[in-house]
Amino acid sequence: MKLITLLVVIAGVIALAQLAKVGQLTALIRNKKEEDISEADSRLNGSLFVVFMVLFYASFVWLLVRYGDYAPPSASAHGEAVDTLMSFNMYIITAVFFLVNTALFLFANKYRYEKGRKAKFFAHDNRLELVWTVIPSIVLAVIIIYGLRTWNDMTGAPAEDALRVEVYSKQFDWTARYPGADGEFGLANYNLITPTNPLGIVTADGVEEALEEIEVQIAKIESELSHERGRMLAEIEEIQAVLHHNHHAGHGHAEDHGHGDHGMSEERTALLEARLHELEHMLESDDVVILSEAAFEAKEDKLHRLKRHRQRIMEVKPFDFDGGLSAWEAGMDDKIMKGEFHLPVGREVEFVFRSRDVIHSAYMPHFRAQMNTVPGVPTRFKMTPTITTDSMRTILNNPDFDYILLCNKVCGAAHFNMQMKVVVESEEEYNAWLESQEEFLAEKPNMVNPDARAEVTTNDNEESATL
Amino acid sequence: MAGHAHHEESFISKYIFSQDHKMISKQFLMTAVVMGVIAVMLSVFFRLQLGWPGEGFAILETFLGKWAPGGVLDRNAYLALVTIHGTIMVFFVLTGGLSGTFSNLLIPLQIGARDMASGFLNMLSYWFFAVSSVIMIFSLFVEGGAASGGWTVYPPLSALPQAMPGSGMGMTLWLISMTLFVVSSLLGGLNYIVTVVNLRTKGMSMTRLPLTIWAFLVTAILGVLSFPVLVSAVVLLLMDRSMGTAFYLSDIFIGGEALDVTGGSPILYQHLFWFLGHPEVYIVLLPALGISSEVIATNSRKPIFGYKAMVGSILGIGFLSFIVWGHHMFVTGMNPFLGSVFVFTTLLIAIPSAVKAFNYITTLWQGNLRFTPAMLFSIGLVSTFVTGGLTGIILADSALDVNVHDTYFVVAHFHIVMGMSAIFGMLAGVYHWYPKMFGRMMNTKLGYAHFWITLVCGYGVFFPMHFVGMAGAPRRYYDYSAFEYLDFVMDLQPIISTFAIVGALGQLPFLFNFFYSIFRGQVATENPWKSNTLEWTTPVKHMHGNWPGALPEVHRWAYDYSNPDFEDDFVPQTVPVKAGESAH
Repeated sequence: MKLITLLVVIAGVIALAQLAKVGQLTALIRNKKEEDISEADSRLNGSLFVVFMVLFYASFVWLLVRYGDYAPPSASAHGEAVDTLMSFNMYIITAVFFLVNTALFLFANKYRYEKGRKAKFFAHDNRLELVWTVIPSIVLAVIIIYGLRTWNDMTGAPAEDALRVEVYSKQFDWTARYPGADGEFGLANYNLITPTNPLGIVTADGVEEALEEIEVQIAKIESELSHERGRMLAEIEEIQAVLHHNHHAGHGHAEDHGHGDHGMSEERTALLEARLHELEHMLESDDVVILSEAAFEAKEDKLHRLKRHRQRIMEVKPFDFDGGLSAWEAGMDDKIMKGEFHLPVGREVEFVFRSRDVIHSAYMPHFRAQMNTVPGVPTRFKMTPTITTDSMRTILNNPDFDYILLCNKVCGAAHFNMQMKVVVESEEEYNAWLESQEEFLAEKPNMVNPDARAEVTTNDNEESATL
Repeated sequence: MAGHAHHEESFISKYIFSQDHKMISKQFLMTAVVMGVIAVMLSVFFRLQLGWPGEGFAILETFLGKWAPGGVLDRNAYLALVTIHGTIMVFFVLTGGLSGTFSNLLIPLQIGARDMASGFLNMLSYWFFAVSSVIMIFSLFVEGGAASGGWTVYPPLSALPQAMPGSGMGMTLWLISMTLFVVSSLLGGLNYIVTVVNLRTKGMSMTRLPLTIWAFLVTAILGVLSFPVLVSAVVLLLMDRSMGTAFYLSDIFIGGEALDVTGGSPILYQHLFWFLGHPEVYIVLLPALGISSEVIATNSRKPIFGYKAMVGSILGIGFLSFIVWGHHMFVTGMNPFLGSVFVFTTLLIAIPSAVKAFNYITTLWQGNLRFTPAMLFSIGLVSTFVTGGLTGIILADSALDVNVHDTYFVVAHFHIVMGMSAIFGMLAGVYHWYPKMFGRMMNTKLGYAHFWITLVCGYGVFFPMHFVGMAGAPRRYYDYSAFEYLDFVMDLQPIISTFAIVGALGQLPFLFNFFYSIFRGQVATENPWKSNTLEWTTPVKHMHGNWPGALPEVHRWAYDYSNPDFEDDFVPQTVPVKAGESAH
């Protein structure tokens, strides 16, 4: 198969070479050079420009008819304004597209080479140039002003009573969080993320749990490091050598080695012997591991990182939000959603976006909404859903339709399937749904007094407040 | 100086470590052709996956091995291919290849200089480029694969090896390669600027410079001012990756542990990157516009319309390109008011661009158009420049960008306005100056076939993408089957892929023509296109110092085509002004 392909390629190249050669020879006979463009070629290329233009426009129209109704109607209030603005701009640029391309291709055909004709010497014309500087400027001024008005409406401050929803991204899924009865999101801190606290919400229990978890990890690594077989054997050898040496030193050889002392104290010897005993005991335990030098160093590094992580957790300090609500308590009634989240129709929602690992982008095409989620920098976007999921299903005549949130900033291997369902429903349905969702700490009512932690913390760290 | 011509050179000093601008230009072009072929192949590979997702293609397994088990592209490999395709095309083909080839060839020849201001720096510029090209290609073969975060390599994705396999060794090599590339670009750029400013021959005032030289000069200035910022972005990223700094990292929890460092901002990288990234668009585009100005005027047998307006718009575009970078960042959470400022400055660029487009068309009007392949590509460029530029108006409008940001609409826009236009300009340049570079002519018929296939397939690939994008299809997705709302535009994907494959095959006549004509093409005459500029007064056979005798003296601008005061329809710049003639 490969051989055949290769042969075909070689044959093709030879054929082209022969063709080129024949072309050149005939050209030579007719005394024609490559730079002389024959009238036939001029006609051919000129006509092809017109043919191309017609086909190009025809396929544009075909695309418009078939795909021009490119998206379902906007399901958000600002989205309608965006769609209107889009149509306005589209009409302008489509008109210019046709105008300029038509002039270009028709001129190309009309003024194709004719022997003996001399082109018009037309180097500049200030009036003409003024016209096509001023007209685009005016059109662009309209586009800019119209665009910026829409932009300002979209990005203004959210309404007082806007619903707030946090959308949290990580490789490769989304989580939504609602503030619960107190209306405030609990403080969140990436240092507190554990399998049971995926958003790192700060509560007394959360801090406790994160610390416990990290202590377990630290203990495990410390145990591994102290039970490394090679190191233990080396230490045993070392201690034995010292003890042995001491034994000889006691017999009067100390001077030879330049030591001023006369052997070790009884106490030290006892300590070493105890350590030796301990090591021999450890060697027999099940915890013994064998690590390469590199692996040992990697574990040491990890141990240092974990200790610094522990320090950062201990530095998370309680404080009160405006209005006296404790930031550590605000998170206890937060509600966390995986897989789907709901929004009430007709009520403004302000999204607050956070990211755990890399930059993602929260894109909700049906709402004409998009905002990057940036680790360390919370971002916001507000919108008002206007069509419920059920109504949209009717409009589209598609009973399976669902709004979605998807990732639109490349974030890794599964980027193309990082999505979450969005349900828009009536206020009553929404309230009922929210009511039925569990609070974050619902199953852990025994709250630890956050003041207990305050003694441990060393400095004010209000910056760690993410919200 | 002329005595150099008699000096016999060794193979190495003539063909490898040459300091002659004409040879260096050919070296840049050859490297760019090789890189271009690789980048096109990569795009065909991922277009196979996009057109027919999940289907096995034997050719993929042949070329990619374990990256395409059973002929189905691996999803990490998909991202690597997309990333390296973009990187090679933007930097190695359209920046290094385009500017490197034509600035080198044309600056000394068109301003009447013996060579570049510094032949040695020029040689270094090429060799840095060559080494960075090799490293970039090599990065495809390391463990974990090449860089995979898209050609913009945003951190934290690109900063953290635990975030994706492509952020390992491949990413380090990417950064090293880019650093060397910038060194090459700076050495080249400084040289171009110094040469244009200092080495113009007698009579070659700035207002008589051909538009090619104006375009190359402004391009070089843009590069010298913006590439250092890219280096800082790249070096800070390297430090975040391997030295424990946190310029771009903050509050990150990945791979089961909280990242040890914190306090930076991923957005900082984007500001630094796009401060280069946007001028870069014009670094790619301006030389192509310069080339097409020259080719269109010559082959319309007419002066370029509105020379001063053309120079003004090159300068205007160059200046504005520095204050628009934020339009790439409307949805990063940037302050909406700052966004408004960038909307305003970005849309201003449409004005000089419109002037250029209208001036090109007026140049064609009442001309006597000779359809050389170079001319066809230049006319194609005007079309793609307009078509692609117009959709930029949508993307520059922040309110609209929110909905189409990072979708196929963007892919369509920049491939048409920057990819196709710049490639068309580059190909026009190759066809037009081939006789100057190699002393032989390319085959015209094959050139026609090449142009029509490329024009049809280029639009065939990128035009439908507007609709895919407006339907809300994100770019850089490996597979779209998870999203029902996109099903109805996905039947465009196989069409797009088919055009891509045919278009790629359509480059074979060009490659054949290019290499065959070096050895077997019709021998060129001194001024085959009956052109006015100085390069056509040099001997066909290359020599050191370009002109055998004294340097030519310039008496007029470059665009005296069909001047009614003369019988011929062209008047070379070296022809003295006649009595009673209204000279430029």
